[in-house]
Amino acid sequence: MEGILNGLMDYVWAFVIGGGFCLIGQILMDATTLTAPRILVIFVVSGVILQAVGLYEPLVKLAGNGATVPLPGFGYNLAKGAMEGAEKGFLEAIMGPLKATSAGIAVAIAFGYVISLIFTPKSPKGN
Amino acid sequence: MKDSDEKEKKLRKDIGKAYGDYVKQFTPSPAYVSNGIKAFLVGGLICTAAFWLQKRLQDGGMSETDAGAFVTILLVVSAQLLTGLGVFDSLAKFAGAGVIVPITGFANSMVAPAIEYKKEGPVLGVGSKLFTVAGPVLVCGISAAVAVGLIYWMIGRIQGV
Repeated sequence: MEGILNGLMDYVWAFVIGGGFCLIGQILMDATTLTAPRILVIFVVSGVILQAVGLYEPLVKLAGNGATVPLPGFGYNLAKGAMEGAEKGFLEAIMGPLKATSAGIAVAIAFGYVISLIFTPKSPKGN
Repeated sequence: MKDSDEKEKKLRKDIGKAYGDYVKQFTPSPAYVSNGIKAFLVGGLICTAAFWLQKRLQDGGMSETDAGAFVTILLVVSAQLLTGLGVFDSLAKFAGAGVIVPITGFANSMVAPAIEYKKEGPVLGVGSKLFTVAGPVLVCGISAAVAVGLIYWMIGRIQGV
């Protein structure tokens, strides 16, 4: 019974932390004049910095994908790769960030390219 | 001569300010609360679904890192497909940051401008516009992370000696 409850709490934390990041993003979009690209950059770089000072790892332990799926999680993975690489040597420290995120970046570029070539622009419905 | 210049400057400033106030009357203030709730719920739902998939893959014997990569790939592919089909815009209109802050927003930010600039060709149009938003994100993120790696490497060397 306790095991089931613990498993359920993992989902709750994933929901709350993941939703929380999106709420922060929404407030930034509504209440400030920051444009979407700037907000994305701020999120990713914050993830890098928070992981570098050791604050993001506990969040990932707590919320799992709730912390890794939002963009700060991308920054977290970049920094984590760098830190793990740094233990092995100079070259690994430089290769670490891209190694850790290469799957996502490679697919985003390659699949994004194919999709962009296949589909034609559409104006959003309801306008 | 100088006096009239200053007068004109002041007049312009006043007109600018008056216009700003005038515009403000007609600018609807964003619905902070309902936008926030929608972003929270949709964003939370995406992360929970990702977590569920991650657990299923790990139960199937996949390592945590591999499962994480597959979850990311799936989110990126679905977001880009929905962008191509023109559905993502409607989703973003409803959920705002709820779909933009997760990795889905990053995936969308690549395809959306690339499709718009298709007319400029597959290399200079699509090829470069894929990085209109993703470029700054990757440049800033990777630079910061490489700096972190180098700092950690140096600390390790100093402590090791």
